[in-house]
Amino acid sequence: MFAYLVRRVLLMLMLLFLLSVSVFLLFAILPGDPARLTCGKACTPAIIESNRHRLGLDEPPLTQYVKFVSGIFVGRTFSADSPQPIKCDAPCLGYSFNRQEQVMSLIARSAPVTFFLAIGAFVIWIVVGLALGIFAALNRGRWGDRLIMGISLIGYSMPSFFLGLLLVFFVIIKWQFLPFPAYVAPWENPFQFFQTMLLPWILLATLYAAFYIRLTRNQVLEVLSDDYVRTARAKGLPERTVVVKHALRAGLTPIVTAAGLDLAGLLGGAIISENIFSLPGLGALAISSIIDSDLPLITGITILTAAIIIFANLVVDLLYAVVDPRVRVI
Amino acid sequence: MTATSEEPLSGMPIVGSADRPFLSVNDLHVTFPTEDGLVQAVDGVSLSVERGKTLAIVGESGSGKSVTAQAIMGLVNRKSATVTGEIWLDGQELINLPQREVQELMGMEIAMIFQDPMSSLHPFYRIGDQIVEAIRAHRSIGKAAARRETLEMLQHVGIPAAERRIDAYPHQLSGGMRQRVMIAMALINSPQLLIADEPTTALDVTVQAQILELIARLQGEFGTTVILITHDLGIVADVADDVAVMYGGRIVELASTTTLYDLPEMPYTLGLLSSVPRMDQKLPERLDPIRGNPPSPIRLPKGCVFQPRCDYWQRVPGEACLTVRPDLLESDPDHWVRCHLKVEERKQIARDVKQILAGGGE
Repeated sequence: MFAYLVRRVLLMLMLLFLLSVSVFLLFAILPGDPARLTCGKACTPAIIESNRHRLGLDEPPLTQYVKFVSGIFVGRTFSADSPQPIKCDAPCLGYSFNRQEQVMSLIARSAPVTFFLAIGAFVIWIVVGLALGIFAALNRGRWGDRLIMGISLIGYSMPSFFLGLLLVFFVIIKWQFLPFPAYVAPWENPFQFFQTMLLPWILLATLYAAFYIRLTRNQVLEVLSDDYVRTARAKGLPERTVVVKHALRAGLTPIVTAAGLDLAGLLGGAIISENIFSLPGLGALAISSIIDSDLPLITGITILTAAIIIFANLVVDLLYAVVDPRVRVI
Repeated sequence: MTATSEEPLSGMPIVGSADRPFLSVNDLHVTFPTEDGLVQAVDGVSLSVERGKTLAIVGESGSGKSVTAQAIMGLVNRKSATVTGEIWLDGQELINLPQREVQELMGMEIAMIFQDPMSSLHPFYRIGDQIVEAIRAHRSIGKAAARRETLEMLQHVGIPAAERRIDAYPHQLSGGMRQRVMIAMALINSPQLLIADEPTTALDVTVQAQILELIARLQGEFGTTVILITHDLGIVADVADDVAVMYGGRIVELASTTTLYDLPEMPYTLGLLSSVPRMDQKLPERLDPIRGNPPSPIRLPKGCVFQPRCDYWQRVPGEACLTVRPDLLESDPDHWVRCHLKVEERKQIARDVKQILAGGGE
């Protein structure tokens, strides 16, 4: 188990390294001049050149990369030789010249919004998805199963922007059950926080739950016909024990894995939901950084979200090894 | 369906409970509805086993042998299949028993070993815990006592270093060891009936004999009655007292093992026996396989189910084999055969084939 852990952590570090290199190459080396993008219409070659120097883009790519990585650990200073040097504290993911702010603090402001959005939706979709999926599997072919499958098919095939706009139109505009969303932190105004988050949670949870109902139902049906479940029955165990201890234990393990990865994906930002409900989360930040061609910000967000997913992968794999003894031998 | 059921089976399963055999199955039908129509997986099977004896049920895949075993065990899902008939175990009828009482019997009075010990053991739990669970499902004894009992049983079925292996996971054991664990689990509550469904099929040939010996030894010690399901006639001769040959959901021949090997009367049995290589005899020039394939259980032939593959049906006068389902009739005492051929003719065919096979090597 320990060797497995060490190997997985080393693998993760290597992946992170490759990831940062490729993201860096993608954004810094590709055709197109980021320095040109930093100044508006009244642009002269002199301004572009001075901006290029301030951004550090006049240095060789390798130096740029080393500075970027070392900035994450010890911080760095942009345009150190100019009259107004810009200090960027560790962990420094770069500096957005458009927004005149450190990338890290921009992310730190948006991340909690996305975090609350993702966690809330996750709890709802896991509870609903597993419960309905198990119920449908155990009542296969009866009307309850067909009803659940039908609804999940609708939820599954509904585009998120459409469902989101429907929710906004009916719940907020037409019936006025909820006020227009205005995000506040939960510790400032819990009631308004819940009012704002309720629809985004429902939107995201619907999309994922629809998928998880089907996934769970298939998994449970599959393990129910597995040989070891037949063995459990042949021992004369009560049906409840057969289903919960033998079938679900084995059947739900891969689902928890998939859920962990989906949650990690969401933590990187739920672009459509955040935009529909004007939540200032990572997804919204990513979109606006792309619209503004704010290169340092794009790089920072991309690397961070990718790192989250890689890390989640590691956590999920380790959890899997705890649950499934067959994984541990390797 | 009614036309094919076994009305003339007087004498075979003894009616009247006093001298009913330990296990007797009477006119068992198992039907699965599918999208293509009703599948008669088991169509009127009747058989009986005396206490402590071994009955082998032999047949190809799809012959209904496994479904018969699972019906006796109570493992056929009643939501997806219809089970009718009677199964008497030690004076108790099982088919109409409430599910809760069936559960009490399963693992306690009747136990089962399956074909693939890898997939039949739960991959997430230690083997010791899985056996302890089987004990505590039926007997209220403490965990420590159950574990001691488990350890003894593991040693008894020949697992070396059992005190270490008791905490192993199934994937850490070899195939033969896993099957020993399954046997230990099946016998832990000293069941009266053990159903072994192809217990050696998934194992190496060298391990097969060990497992069969183990089952036979434990059967002697515990006085267990055994039903051995197999498609391998080679292993039947050594272990079984009686053999039931199944084809297309029905028993086509039922006899003591010696009788069946000596003079099989149903052409299907004959075909099975002549397609088995025997180590103790000169090898014939070539093995004689049965031509064709087993029938689809949805569209069974109108007449004798084996007729399309039978070499001898034209010897029956008229077209009986094409139009009439033969009944299972007694040709000698305790020798039951389902065939339209005359008894003497069948015996002559068997003698002829044996002679050809015996002379084939010269």
